[in-house]
Amino acid sequence: MPFEVIVIGGGHAGCEAAAAAARRGARVALVTMSRATVGAMSCNPAIGGVGKGHLVREVDALDGIIGFAGDAAAIHYRMLNKSKGKAVQGPRIQADRDAYRSAVQSALATYPEIEIIEGDVDALLIGEARIAGVSLGNGTNIEAPTVVIATGTFLNARMFRGDSIVSGGRAGERAASRLGQQMRSLDLPMARLKTGTPPRLDGRTIDWSRLEVQASDDAGWTLSPLGKRALPQLFCAVTRTNRATHDIIRAALHQSPLFTGAIEASGPRYCPSIEDKVVRFGDRDGHQIFLEPEGCDNRNIYPNGISTSLPVAAQSSMLQTIEGLERVAIAQPGYAVEYDYLDPRALDHCLQSRAVAGLFLAGQVNGTTGYEEAAAQGLVAGANAAALALGLPNVRFERDTSYIGVMIDDLVLQGVTEPYRMLTARAEHRLHLRADNAETRLTGFGIGLGLIGERRASYWNAREAARTTAQSVIEFGGERAITCRIRRDALDAAGVRRLDPMLSILPDGILDELIEDARYAPYVDRQRAEVAARRASTCVTIREDLDYGAIAGLSAEMLQRLHAARPATLGDAERIQGVTPAALSALMVYNRAGASR
Amino acid sequence: MNDTIFAVSSGAPPAAIAVMRVSGPDADAALSALTSGKFPPPRHAALRTLRAAGELLDIALVIRFPGPDSATGENLVEFHLHGGRATVAAVCAALAQISGFRAAEPGEFTRRAFENGRIDLSEAEGLSDLLAAETEHQRRAALTMASGGLSRVVETLRTALLAASARVEAAIDFAEEDDVSPWPERQSALNSIATEIDSMLANPPAERLRNGVRIAIAGPPNAGKSTLINALSARDAAIVSPIAGTTRDVIEVPVVFHGLSLIFIDMAGLRVDSGDSIETIGIARAEAVILSSDVVLWLGEPDLAPDRADVIMIRAKADLGGAPEDTRLAVSVKTGMGLAALAGAIADAARAALPAPDSVALNARQRASLSDLSIEARAAADTDDLILSAEHLRRGRVVIDRISGRAGVENMLDALFGTFCIGK
Repeated sequence: MPFEVIVIGGGHAGCEAAAAAARRGARVALVTMSRATVGAMSCNPAIGGVGKGHLVREVDALDGIIGFAGDAAAIHYRMLNKSKGKAVQGPRIQADRDAYRSAVQSALATYPEIEIIEGDVDALLIGEARIAGVSLGNGTNIEAPTVVIATGTFLNARMFRGDSIVSGGRAGERAASRLGQQMRSLDLPMARLKTGTPPRLDGRTIDWSRLEVQASDDAGWTLSPLGKRALPQLFCAVTRTNRATHDIIRAALHQSPLFTGAIEASGPRYCPSIEDKVVRFGDRDGHQIFLEPEGCDNRNIYPNGISTSLPVAAQSSMLQTIEGLERVAIAQPGYAVEYDYLDPRALDHCLQSRAVAGLFLAGQVNGTTGYEEAAAQGLVAGANAAALALGLPNVRFERDTSYIGVMIDDLVLQGVTEPYRMLTARAEHRLHLRADNAETRLTGFGIGLGLIGERRASYWNAREAARTTAQSVIEFGGERAITCRIRRDALDAAGVRRLDPMLSILPDGILDELIEDARYAPYVDRQRAEVAARRASTCVTIREDLDYGAIAGLSAEMLQRLHAARPATLGDAERIQGVTPAALSALMVYNRAGASR
Repeated sequence: MNDTIFAVSSGAPPAAIAVMRVSGPDADAALSALTSGKFPPPRHAALRTLRAAGELLDIALVIRFPGPDSATGENLVEFHLHGGRATVAAVCAALAQISGFRAAEPGEFTRRAFENGRIDLSEAEGLSDLLAAETEHQRRAALTMASGGLSRVVETLRTALLAASARVEAAIDFAEEDDVSPWPERQSALNSIATEIDSMLANPPAERLRNGVRIAIAGPPNAGKSTLINALSARDAAIVSPIAGTTRDVIEVPVVFHGLSLIFIDMAGLRVDSGDSIETIGIARAEAVILSSDVVLWLGEPDLAPDRADVIMIRAKADLGGAPEDTRLAVSVKTGMGLAALAGAIADAARAALPAPDSVALNARQRASLSDLSIEARAAADTDDLILSAEHLRRGRVVIDRISGRAGVENMLDALFGTFCIGK
């Protein structure tokens, strides 16, 4: 059958891209190297967290796969920041890898519009700066007006451990080298990043009795409101490195490709290798390690906090200095991976390449890290690829309505210097962008765009009706409204329920959401006013052909940033890091002068 | 595209020399039009004969500063002319003939330097003060600003704010990490930032430097106010121009006095025809003026003097004699008695009302921003909700950004990752 969208890659970005495009009505070819690895978790078995959990809830609110599949596979639930305000609470689960993969594959199977095709994409077919399809390693071509590249770390990927360097994007899997070479030959700004993964441990060789354990939250919450807790709940445990561990690492540093110069690309500062931690924070006497189960029937344990590319022998002796791991056996050694990514400033807010029309990129290939960031980009790229192919409206997310909007805006305007991870600190509208109100913020928007399936739409319509009714009840009465009393008297849910019969029967989720809204309303209102004022003053369009080099006095760094990001409006330009008010006014003057010419 | 602008930037002729500045994309056209031969190498002075329409205009030093390495960031040419009015006028006329050239508007050179990123906003403001500086005191204060005095202070504040913000954000985004501890000193650290800002705000405002210290001369009619002003002005000051004040009854006399820019305010025309007590009404009418002034010279009865610290009590017409127990400064214009002491007292009081020349003086815009920052820092300290604390600090970063740029999320994250070992 003819396709409207081709998605390359079956990871978290690729699956969401395919599903989102399909929900908008496009026929999708999902091309993967191996059908069996569709939906695989490459690194740690956790989904969610602070910031990341917000993204999961947003993708879920737009009827994506990650939340639902996460619930189906969850063997441990934990609400991070439970003691703080809801705005920064981050839902997180540990997933059974196998269960997660099969949940994703089953979800894709419910879309008749998606055909999974096994094969290596060797080349993009491009005519007249416009995408036409892809060519597979077996010689067949697939044609489509749009392609979403979601190849993760596989482009020109090389894995490092000790002095061994192997071509490949994930342990035991080959790299996408031909495609990588073609991307480099196109007019696309490609560069390298690195990341790493820790050794997997055999859980039977860990002395659990000596370790502090963390049980799953029993509150019964789920990632998706439509999800269910399906699997038995396991526990995680905590241990830490010590001086003996650090001594072994220091002694082996000369064998680490991170320090021998074999790896030049920069890695994430928030997820440093254990080598980095020891070198940069040598004064600390230990670093925490979370021992996370990888599944119910899987004996492997993921030791979160010690990603490493030391030789296997050093990995093993380092591990055996750690409490509880004295006799541990390594099931699969850790390694570092260096890969090509595209400078995302070459993309627009729909994640489409400015150089090649119809070419979209999503996920780790855009310099991000994490399943959640990948999934969210996949959704954006897939929904917009379908828009281009089918003549539907674009899907653009704003910074003040979603973390997805924050991330896309950061990527396409600022670019990345290390793998980009979502943090709540990046969201200036954090008080309003909560994990618990993602549905209210986004599902209605998604319905308008044809992104939401029937089941979720009918669930949401009922919820939204109840929520808006309840909202009018608690906001009624001016100074004496319940909202004011929530702020003034710090009323809790039980207190609010007593005030009105309608509220007494409201589901917990909606009531908690409304209470949290009320609590921060003055701040959120002020931010909204600021946004409105800013929109008015910064929606001035910057000419597409504007020659930044002709603006006198811009520093080389600023020039480079503006040139790479090509902001569409003055508001976009203002948000680019390092653009000073002086530069902005010069840009404004120059842009205006050009317009009047 | 910008016009090319020109103006004399060395003060009004006549003078020994006059520096004519030409700035803009076509600045070199001024050299082509007025001189012949090769352009001098960049930033080298060369002697050239200036001609227009065959007429000799002047023999002048010329210097080329190709952009962007010039004071304005644009191509810049300077003509160091002989400073006679006729010469300057002729060169101006010749430049105006060149296509795309026009006379600069006030402040336009500085504005272009700012727009081209050559100076930041606080430096631009400092520079405009420097150019307008009439007194030594003003000039030194403006130099402090233009050489980045405020930028340095703001930089210190910015670092403190980023560090605080990083700690709070770390506690939010990386609460699970064992290296990130709660921050028990949050309140005291944030309050001390606010206190530091408040002490900067306690410095007298910069406007006093530019506009002059306001010295009200108050007292009943016929107390000798005008005579005193005339005497003080005549002593070692020059009356710049007497300007009728906003109130009909008030005359403002700007003078330069002991190297300070002062404005003597004479409440003339206080005439009361009703039977009310002259003193009472005089004080009532003068009150508004007195309130807006920095120093008051009081020529009336001590018990009717305005109740404030910076009042200099004067017994005028002291040559007519007075009670020996009177502690007021005895002054007689007629005999010259006490005038030197009074001048010294006025200068001392005026200096106290000015920002110290080497300290950072803040103008109204900077004061407003810093005062916002102080409010946000205190609010961030006062709340127990970490998210709101972070929100106030975020607003604080926006304010710092407004003063001199660069306190965004990435800078905060740099501070965060530089401090904590974070990562699982």
